[in-house]
Amino acid sequence: MKLSAAEEASKAGGGLPFQIRGSLQTLLSLKILRPDDPAFFTGLVEKVAHAPDFFRNAPIVLDGGAVKAKSPDCLAEIVERLKEHRVVPVGLQNGSAAWNDAAVELGLAIFGAGGASVDDPTVAGRGAAAAKPAPTGRPGRVVREPVRGGQQVVAAEGDLVVMAPVSSGAEVAAAGHIHVYAPLRGRAFAGMNGDEQAMIFCEQLHAELLSIAGIHLVSEEIDPRLLGKRVRVTLVAERLKVEPLP
Amino acid sequence: MSKVIVVTSGKGGVGKTTSAAAIGTALALRGKKTVIIDFDVGLRNLDLIMGCERRVVFDFINVINDGIRLNQALIKDKRVENLSILPTSQTRDKDALSQEGVEKVIDELRKEFDYIICDSPAGIEKGAYMALYHADEAIVVTNPEVSSVRDSDRILGILSSKSKRAEHGDAPVKTHLLLTRYDLDRVQRGEMLKLDDVLEILAIPVLGVIPQCGSVLQASNLGMPVVLDDKSKAGQAYKDAAARLLGEDIELRFVNPEKRGLVDWLFRRSA
Ligand SMILES: Nc1ncnc2c1ncn2[C@@H]1O[C@H](COP(=O)(O)OP(=O)(O)O)[C@@H](O)[C@H]1O
Ligand SMILES: [Mg+2]
Repeated sequence: MKLSAAEEASKAGGGLPFQIRGSLQTLLSLKILRPDDPAFFTGLVEKVAHAPDFFRNAPIVLDGGAVKAKSPDCLAEIVERLKEHRVVPVGLQNGSAAWNDAAVELGLAIFGAGGASVDDPTVAGRGAAAAKPAPTGRPGRVVREPVRGGQQVVAAEGDLVVMAPVSSGAEVAAAGHIHVYAPLRGRAFAGMNGDEQAMIFCEQLHAELLSIAGIHLVSEEIDPRLLGKRVRVTLVAERLKVEPLP
Repeated sequence: MSKVIVVTSGKGGVGKTTSAAAIGTALALRGKKTVIIDFDVGLRNLDLIMGCERRVVFDFINVINDGIRLNQALIKDKRVENLSILPTSQTRDKDALSQEGVEKVIDELRKEFDYIICDSPAGIEKGAYMALYHADEAIVVTNPEVSSVRDSDRILGILSSKSKRAEHGDAPVKTHLLLTRYDLDRVQRGEMLKLDDVLEILAIPVLGVIPQCGSVLQASNLGMPVVLDDKSKAGQAYKDAAARLLGEDIELRFVNPEKRGLVDWLFRRSA
């Protein structure tokens, strides 16, 4: 067996001067729908300006799924404009070969097919989630301990049930629904693989961020009258809807 | 059976060292063999607060790295029987703490002491991690302000995921809230969080509420743990906290305004 120089050094007791580990991040994604729309950039800038703290230096994945049949010419400008507003584009997902080439050219990573967001409206429309085995309703994960700031709990399949508070600075994510039977003060990502039917339920809404299938709502966008209430969050017509529960 | 208790917080300046010294001393006064270890390598505050800084020859780091025996580094308190201090080094840094070295010292101390109190440095980096790793119980020192509560919340997460107990799948570290520097006037004026506000977020049992009190600084300048000052309210509150740690059921003091006498009331009104 042949060892690399670094492995030999590490065998000799030196140890590698770095460590590579898998890590799981929940990233924002920007789905490019109509890049030629004259309101594309003004709308984007407005969205960023609305929640500057949330977006500042945040990594974002560009999703080319809806436009991959078109030319990727707009990609460079999108990347540049995002950087101008201190949002950091890190990669492209759901692109065609031409889009992927353009992304590599711009120094972006290519997120593999079946990455964070997989629905493809050009092919299957809203039925995409139903065409795959439905992720919701399956037994998922039950957490009985508080989820503290800095912690992340993920149900990669099915629903996530949390029977204790989710602190601010904590993240909970699930392929399916998220239920929090206590105050939700952190961030919640339901339908993290793109299931638009996923919902979020909580006993006391104080969330920093709510997200379903990648569509999000930051706390300052939540109607203050709903704060502290028992609510259900659903995705309706590409927007999150927060309703009080009886 | 011996217990390792970490005094931790995430945030600096909240009263960890003051609390480790006070509770360690109070436990020793109750007849428990107690040692307090300073994990704040490079700062070295514990021996000052305990008034033994002039008696330090060898320290925790020497024991870990330089083949010094534990008994050569332990300092016996002159006022309180059953109490020892293991000081740290001011010239080394946190990298001088090795996982195995700390483990060996803790294992050896477990044979001799009932309570091993670990005074943690601030932050959530290596030093704090080393201090909490072996803990059976944790005293989470928190001030009544939002940033301190957030940092305590993070430390609670680390205790439940990165401690030895968590890694080995043993019973979780038992956590206690110690709310310190509680300034009742400022709490009542809404400038600081109430005990209930803090409890709502952290959701762990209360070990004690320590009032903000001039006697703390005075005692630390004298190199005397504040529980040795019988007149100090903070000292009394720390004694209560130590008793609760021993399983006694004692009502919380210093969390509600005292009922004032008429004269006092008139004076206040006109002031
Ligand atoms: N209850 C209290 N009342 C007044 N001052 C306090 C109290 N507790 C701590 N202090 C002061 O706060 C400062 C920081 O305390 P210390 O115990 O060194 O904190 P830490 O170890 O968390 O950094 C010191 O000056 C100390 O005298
Ligand atoms: Mg300290």
